[in-house]
Amino acid sequence: MSLLLLIEQVLNGLQFGVMLFLMAAGLTLIFGVMGLINLAHGSLYMIGAFCAAAVAGATGSFVLALVAALAGAAIAGALVEILVIRRLYGKDHLDQVLATFALILIFSEGTRWLFGSFPLFLDVPDALSGPVTLPGGIEYPFYRLTLIAVGLMVALGLFLLISRTRIGIQIRAGENDREMIAALGVDIGRLYTIVFALGAALAGLAGALVGAIQSVQVGMGEPVLILAFVVIVIGGIGSIKGALVGALLVGLTNTLGGIFLPEVMKLFMEPAVATSVGASLASMAIYILMAAVLILKPTGLFGARV
Amino acid sequence: MKFFSLAASAALALGVVSANAEPLKVGMITTLSGGGAGLGIDVRDGFMLAVKQAGNENIEVIIEDDQRKPDIAVQLADKLVQSEKVDVLTGIIWSNLAMAVVPAVTAQGKFYLSPNAGPSALAGKGCHPNYFNVAWQNDNLHEAAGAYAKETGYKKSFILAPNYPAGKDALTGYKRFYDGELAGEIYTKLGQTDYAAELAQIRASDADSVFFFLPGGMGISFLKQYADSGVDLPVVGPAFSFDQGILQAVGDAALGVKNTSQWNKDIDNETNKAFVESFQAEYGRLPSLYASQGFDTANLLLSAMGSADVNDADAFRAALLAADFSSTRGDFEFGPNHHPVQDIFVREVIKEGDVYTNKIIATAMTDRADAYAAECKM
Repeated sequence: MSLLLLIEQVLNGLQFGVMLFLMAAGLTLIFGVMGLINLAHGSLYMIGAFCAAAVAGATGSFVLALVAALAGAAIAGALVEILVIRRLYGKDHLDQVLATFALILIFSEGTRWLFGSFPLFLDVPDALSGPVTLPGGIEYPFYRLTLIAVGLMVALGLFLLISRTRIGIQIRAGENDREMIAALGVDIGRLYTIVFALGAALAGLAGALVGAIQSVQVGMGEPVLILAFVVIVIGGIGSIKGALVGALLVGLTNTLGGIFLPEVMKLFMEPAVATSVGASLASMAIYILMAAVLILKPTGLFGARV
Repeated sequence: MKFFSLAASAALALGVVSANAEPLKVGMITTLSGGGAGLGIDVRDGFMLAVKQAGNENIEVIIEDDQRKPDIAVQLADKLVQSEKVDVLTGIIWSNLAMAVVPAVTAQGKFYLSPNAGPSALAGKGCHPNYFNVAWQNDNLHEAAGAYAKETGYKKSFILAPNYPAGKDALTGYKRFYDGELAGEIYTKLGQTDYAAELAQIRASDADSVFFFLPGGMGISFLKQYADSGVDLPVVGPAFSFDQGILQAVGDAALGVKNTSQWNKDIDNETNKAFVESFQAEYGRLPSLYASQGFDTANLLLSAMGSADVNDADAFRAALLAADFSSTRGDFEFGPNHHPVQDIFVREVIKEGDVYTNKIIATAMTDRADAYAAECKM
């Protein structure tokens, strides 16, 4: 196990982590501000990827594809909030889970109806394709480096938005006491729609960015959704900082666990057995991490409430 | 969704009400939603095309979506056997689902015709007189890839496959005929879409070739990321990693790659030509190997229906075993464990106009049965 390989794997973990952050940030904002469990967040990720693939296919421009992903997911998010979610704020979590699960089915089958069951083509733009050589002689795909940069910039932007702007103040106030800010004259309905659309846009952006290196297909959002829930539970519900730290922890644990656990197991057992035991343990690693965090801090790392 | 798809597909695909009192009932459990849907849809479309062409009104097909989940497949099988009273089951794509369903339904006296999954457990000790595999034993295409790698002179392969029964069969199959060293051997998660960590390991190893078995969306992700990673080793794999559905989403990254298959659209026989043409006319896309397997499965079943009654299990079994139908693969026969004995070809990914597809460039193995037939006692 060379140092170069280790550094490369850490970069892979970071890249996975920042993409998870884009998903988790929206999820945690929506949960934090509105108290809503949105299972359909994975569908918004898928909508972003499909919008991007459709626009990239029609125009050939990756930038336009990203714009389409952001816009498409934000519009879908706003519509969903206005038509469905708005009726669920007063209900308990079970109703929310049922309704948003129904949305998953509607979005999946709707997308299948529009685009068919076969995966769509969305490729990395030429300017970002291929590997670059980093200091120390590591060859690393340029596109993945770009993803890390984009993810960190979005994190910074969100942080500034929440801490420095008027809308950020309203969001924070909404998390603390929604009746009070409604009484102070803030249009809480509009605020909710904006937060939901913002979260949706971030998920759509993640879908488009990741879709270019993975496959754009129906159902692509659900595996990521589960990880995003793990992230916000680890980070603390409602906290953007928690989402970032949680996402990076999950990304690194998942990637490094997959590499090192089989190696560690090989010290104790036959290589073939070690590979499969290690792989099984690695897929459990993030849940073990989540359990450990919850035992030590039931509110999550940066969360204020359970 | 389940009921919807059942009603919709039954209404669409059949539209045939039998005049006879008791048509033969086929229960098809396959993957029609989620990540592996392309495979199930191809099998279903190939199967239904053959049924439609036969114009036989004595067959009724009930189609169900297993969502690639073993628990759902088991529920569907129970429902089909107990309340729908089907005579024959078919359709399962994934070996972990086949392992959950097939032993239970054959034990209840039903016939199972596999259009895809061929786990080693069902070819060897777990074989059953009522279980027929029309596609291949799982190891087959990987064995051919191993034989091809050996012939090409690869000495150090890096091999990877998902961690489920067919993934294990894949790596076992490759190693059976490949005689070089292994630079690495990895089992990935089933359904994994990010292979950055594995690619880093491939890069850090001193491999001279990469063999991978990643069907469906997994293969798309892997190939795109492989092309972008700067790893520049020759790739070899089974047709599952390069099927018609995958290639269009991968694009140029797959061009020139060698893969092994028991079928391709350019196999030269009348049945295959007619199949490729009519499939394109019916569905507006090129058939994949999965579609050819679905088509052959239906034709096998129809041929057995022509000469025996399903209620006479022994006669029906003998009629299936005779395999008296015209296969898209040309000659087709079953070995003693009810798995095919067939030629396996090497294909190369090419571009025809705007469409990515495969062409046969060599024969990797002739009349290949499988490694488990001797363990089968029935």
